Formats: sequence, structure tokens, C-alpha cells
Amino acid sequence: MIEIKNLHATVDGKEILKGVDLTIRPGEVHAIMGPNGAGKSTLSYVLAGRDGYEVTEGSVSFYGKDLLAMEPEERAAEGVFLAFQYPVEIPGVGNTTFLKTAINAIRKHRGEKELDAMQFLKLIREKTKALGMSDEMLKRAVNVGFSGGEKKRNETLQMAVLEPRFAVLDETDSGLDIDALKIVAEGVNALRSPERSMLVITHYQRLLDYIVPDHVHVLAAGRIVKSGGKELALELEKNGYRDFGVNEAA
Amino acid sequence: MAAQPETIDQVRAVTEQKYKYGFTTDIEAEVAPKGLNEDIVRFISAKKGEPEWLLEWRLKAFRVWQTMEEPQWAAVSFPPIDYQDAHYYAAPKKKEGPKSLDEVDPELLKTYEKLGIPLREQEILAGVEGTEGKTPAIAVDAVFDSVSVATTFKAKLEEMGIIFCSISEAVQKNPELVRKYLGSVVPYTDNFYATLNCAVFTDGSFVYIPKGVRCPMELSTYFRINQANTGQFERTLIIADEGACVSYLEGCTAPKRDENQLHAAVVELVAMDDATIKYSTVQNWYPGNEDGVGGIYNFVTKRGACRGRNSKISWTQVETGSAITWKYPSCILQGDNSVGEFYSVAITNNFQQADTGTKMIHIGKNTRSTIVSKGISAGRAQQTYRGLVKILPKAEGARNHTQCDSLLIGDQCGAHTVPYIESRNRSARIEHEATTAKISEDQLFYCRQRGISEEDAVSLIVNGFCKEVLKELPMEFAVEAQKLVGISLEGSVG
Repeated sequence: MIEIKNLHATVDGKEILKGVDLTIRPGEVHAIMGPNGAGKSTLSYVLAGRDGYEVTEGSVSFYGKDLLAMEPEERAAEGVFLAFQYPVEIPGVGNTTFLKTAINAIRKHRGEKELDAMQFLKLIREKTKALGMSDEMLKRAVNVGFSGGEKKRNETLQMAVLEPRFAVLDETDSGLDIDALKIVAEGVNALRSPERSMLVITHYQRLLDYIVPDHVHVLAAGRIVKSGGKELALELEKNGYRDFGVNEAA
Repeated sequence: MAAQPETIDQVRAVTEQKYKYGFTTDIEAEVAPKGLNEDIVRFISAKKGEPEWLLEWRLKAFRVWQTMEEPQWAAVSFPPIDYQDAHYYAAPKKKEGPKSLDEVDPELLKTYEKLGIPLREQEILAGVEGTEGKTPAIAVDAVFDSVSVATTFKAKLEEMGIIFCSISEAVQKNPELVRKYLGSVVPYTDNFYATLNCAVFTDGSFVYIPKGVRCPMELSTYFRINQANTGQFERTLIIADEGACVSYLEGCTAPKRDENQLHAAVVELVAMDDATIKYSTVQNWYPGNEDGVGGIYNFVTKRGACRGRNSKISWTQVETGSAITWKYPSCILQGDNSVGEFYSVAITNNFQQADTGTKMIHIGKNTRSTIVSKGISAGRAQQTYRGLVKILPKAEGARNHTQCDSLLIGDQCGAHTVPYIESRNRSARIEHEATTAKISEDQLFYCRQRGISEEDAVSLIVNGFCKEVLKELPMEFAVEAQKLVGISLEGSVG
């Protein structure tokens, strides 16, 4: 269970999050929607522990542990996964090498035996097959020369391999056409499970047609200003964010 | 390269020890008195029982050297070296040279074990137990301070007519070959450090591959400076006769010492018609501590002559050590259609300085050269790529491609690229590409979000950056090199 309480955070001295409260139980999928500049991406980086995102107040309890006290790699090992809005390119480092390094680092942290080459290959074949992906992508350098859709699919694959307890999907729909969006959403849906919770961050409702959330929250000006069921997303789609004191045209 | 994750584990295993080769071995050594003069040159020559012509050659070099000045053009700085304040000869004490490994001082063998050189057990056992016709992967010549202590697999190689021994031994047993080729690529008047080497070189490796023979295993030399206040001046000479083929690797380490030690080696390669020489270096001399105290001055002259048609010389170097590196492995492309290659990874951290690159001299027709240089700077290190591509008038159709990439870690280091291009033939085609990049915050965070620690992330990213070069190394050493890349950059972030 993830409990975010009164979370305040600053970036470059400017307060972006102004008291976020949110509780996510195992298996639940929550969506956070909000206008540009509301602090959606800041929330995802704060949860993942990125440098430069300073927490000034509040707490985040992750299955009983103090998440904010951990280094980014420890959070990953504890089961926090961030699907990046803009996945990063790492020239010369093969996708397979990257994944194997990551999973073994995490296994080591958990006190599990590291996978050897054969075990890893077996695992990755299973996962690519389950996601309906070709293994051609595995041979290339991490995200280098990938299309927008491929990058997001690669994030999904990483999630499938690393099996997090909590995945944050940051604007997964950005830069995707509708076909690519469907494929990625299918991948994400395949990874829904009673043990895994997700936080889907998006500006638009359309992603939520494909990844249907249990709860929807509206983040505006650094606070959650409204929460509801999936129907809240449709309401937002119709009325925009005006009701929350935000003028999208501005 | 699939070896990377394993590499990272190995890095983890050894990083606690920082420079793990920093031990000294307690062996009684026979050391020449400090200082440099004609008597010392005679002393060295006499110690080695050299013929008169070689002593004369050394003395000629010494006299020229006295008139020379240290080169000042490299972008490195260091206090003046007192050449009179060093020993020019140090040998593990032994009345006679060892005739077999059994006679080698057990302390020495222990040292090599620590270095991970399978001088004795693994390799020899592999040779003995291996099925008939199956040859071991590596033959090793080990040079300790000034003297070559053991060469493995000599007999096996001799069957094929290959000579692989210390240069001292070659002077005794194959004087005609040594006399013919020694100084033929790097003349005794060449440059300050090379000329000094001619006067006082103590040992090194000698390789001769006869016509049409492909050397069936990697030949390898391991150099180690152990004695305090000694310089190491080794001399390596490799000749590949017509149609011959050889792959050679040198590795270097030295103990941690607070004073700087000078290493001024000369390597000469000669490739005749259709011959190929691949020369790989993994240089890990002690780089000095985090504050820049101590470390090896690595002032080395390496040059290969592609004398014959269709010959090929390929240099691959991974330079991670030394306080200062001054080194330009070069190719003289004399034979028509000959090929020169230079693949380099140079890593400098803390206060290390490196001025390194290559020279490709195109003389023959349709000669081709490729230069791939990857420089990584961290800490307060300064690094310069300095490369010359020269096309002479008769080099019709000569081609060069140079790619020079620099990677910076942190904001206090520097990377400089100084290409010199001279073309005197209109048909030549020369390309130069250069890039400079930093390891981005985004890349590091991305790796860490996937559970990879910051140091492992740097190692992973840098290994990716160097991949093009590391893949040129012989398989056996690629893993070691990847490991070194990680260790050298330890503490460079955060």
C-alpha cells in the first residue's frame, strides 16, 4: 500500500506540490489528470526520487517503509517503477544488457540469486512473447533510434521484466498515435494484477478508454482537488479543467 | 556485448580495493647505481652479455640523447624529471637467468598469480591436459622491472618456427634478426624518450613469425614495475614475415608509490607482404592517488611499419592508468594497399593527464587508415587527442576515416581534440568526425530508476560509449578491459 500524505515539493526553490494526499491499495489503478503545470510529472519524479525535486513537507509510506529516505535505485528494488514520458537513449548499451543489469541489481538487493545468461534469456523470451513483441528490439541499443511507440513499448517490457509492485505511468500516451496507444495499453493491461498497483498520469481522457482506472483524481495547482470514479474522466473530457480554476487557453 | 553485466559484478567485487595492483613484492633485487652516464650504459650492456654492435648502438643513442631536449608540445605538465636520480637497471637477484619456470623465484610467481596472469598453472595445464592438436589460447612473456622472467609455450611455438622470447634472449640467439630490425622503425635519433630507451633499454619481448605462419595463440607480455626509483625501459620488436599473422597483447601494472616513476618504452612492428599484426594494449599503470600524488609517467613510442603490399597493422589500446600518458601508436603505410588501424579508449580521472593519439603516414598507393578514438575524462583530468594523418604525393587513392569522441563526466575535466591533416595527393580522401558529450543526468536517473546504482550506471554508459573499440580487443581481454573501465571511473560521480 502506498500512502502519500501532505506531500510538498519544490523544484529550483519553487513550490510545485502543495500538499498531495493519496492512498493506493494493492491491485488498484489510479489515474491522475490535470492541466499542464499542475505538478503531474513532479509527482512522478518525487516518487521515483529524482535529484532536484526536493520534498519540503509530508511523507510517503511504501508498504510500511519510508520511501522518501531511499535512493532511486533502492526504490526501484523495493518495487517502484516509473514509465518515463520521454524514455532516455543510451548509445552502445544493448537493450538486453540493460535489462539484465537492472534485473540482477534488483534481485541482488532483494537477496535473490542473480539470473545467469540462460535463465535471463528464458525470462525475456517469455515476457516479449506475452506482450506480443518481437525480440528484434532487444538487440538494439536502449531506445536509440526507437519510434515513439517503440520507446513506450520498451518501457512496458521493462516493467514486465522487473515486475514492480507499483508502477507510475507518466504521460504514456504522449507522442503516440491511436494504434500505438492501443498496443501499449494492451501491454499495460496485461500487467494488471491484484498485487500490482498503478498510477496513470495523463492529460487526456483517451488513454483511460484503454487503461480503465478504478479511481480518478484531478491535480491542479499542486493539490488533488477532486476525486471520483472513472466517470470523472469523462466529465473532465467534456468540461475541461475550467471548473478547477484553470483556464487551459492561458 | 553480452559480457557487460558480468563485468559490472566484477567491478563490484574489486572496487573496494581501488588500485588492486598496488602491492610490492619483496625480492632481493640487483640494482645499478643511480644516475645515467656512459658507464651505466656499458653496465647494462655487460649485464646482458651483449655483442659489441649493440653496445655501440646504445652509446650512439646515449650521445645523441645528451644533445636532445624533452618535447614540450604535448598538453601535459609535470615538474622537471631528474634523470640522474633514477636507477636504470633493476633485476630480481639471480646468478643465472632462469632456464625453466621451476627456477623462477616463487615470490615472483606469486606476484604474477596476484596479477591474475596464468603464467604457470592454468595455461600450462591447459597445454598438458588439452587434447592433441588443441592449442592453448595465450602464451605469456612476463617482464618484471627490467628483466624478462619467463616465457610460456616457447617450445610449442618453436615447432612452427615462431620465435617468442625476451629481447635479451633474442639478442643472444637470433642476433641477425635483431640487428636487421632493431631501430628500423623507430631510429635511435627519433625522439627524446625513444632515444633514451635505445641507450638504456633493459628487456622486452621479441616476436618473429615466419613466412606464411598464422600464430595459433595470442602472444602476451605482462610488464610490471616493482622496484622503487627505477625506470622501466622495455623494448618490443615484432616482425611478421610475408603472409604471417599474429595477435599480441601487452598488459601493464605497477605498485602504488608516492614518487613518480618513468616508463619509456619503444615498440616496433614490421609487417611484410600480406602480413597482419594486431597489437593490443591494456595499460593500467598506477595513476597516482586522488590528489594526484605519485603514478607512472608513461612516455612511450610505438610505431608499426607496413612494409609490404597488402599488409595490415592494427593498434588497439585501452589506457586507464598512468599519471601522465604521452603516446601515439603510429602506422607507416609504405606497401601498396596496406592498412593501418588505431582503436583507442583513454580514460582519465582525478588528476591524470593524457595526450594520446596516432599518426597515419600514407606512402603507398591505395593505403587505408581508420582511427577511432574514445576519450573519457572525469574528476580534474585533462585529455588530448592528437592525431596526424599525412598523405604523401605517391599515395594515390589513399583513404582515411577518423572518428574522435569525447565523453565528459563532471564539470572540472577537459577534453581536447587536435587533428593534424596533411595531404599532398589530390586523389586522397580524408574524413574527420568529432563529438563531445556528457553523461547526462537523464541517463543516470533512468538507470537508477531501473535499480542500477550510480557507479554501475556510469560503467554501463561508458562501456556503451567505448563499445566500438572494446570489441576490437581479443575476447580474453575484453572482459578485463570492461572491468577496468568501471574501476577507473570509480568515484567520478556523486
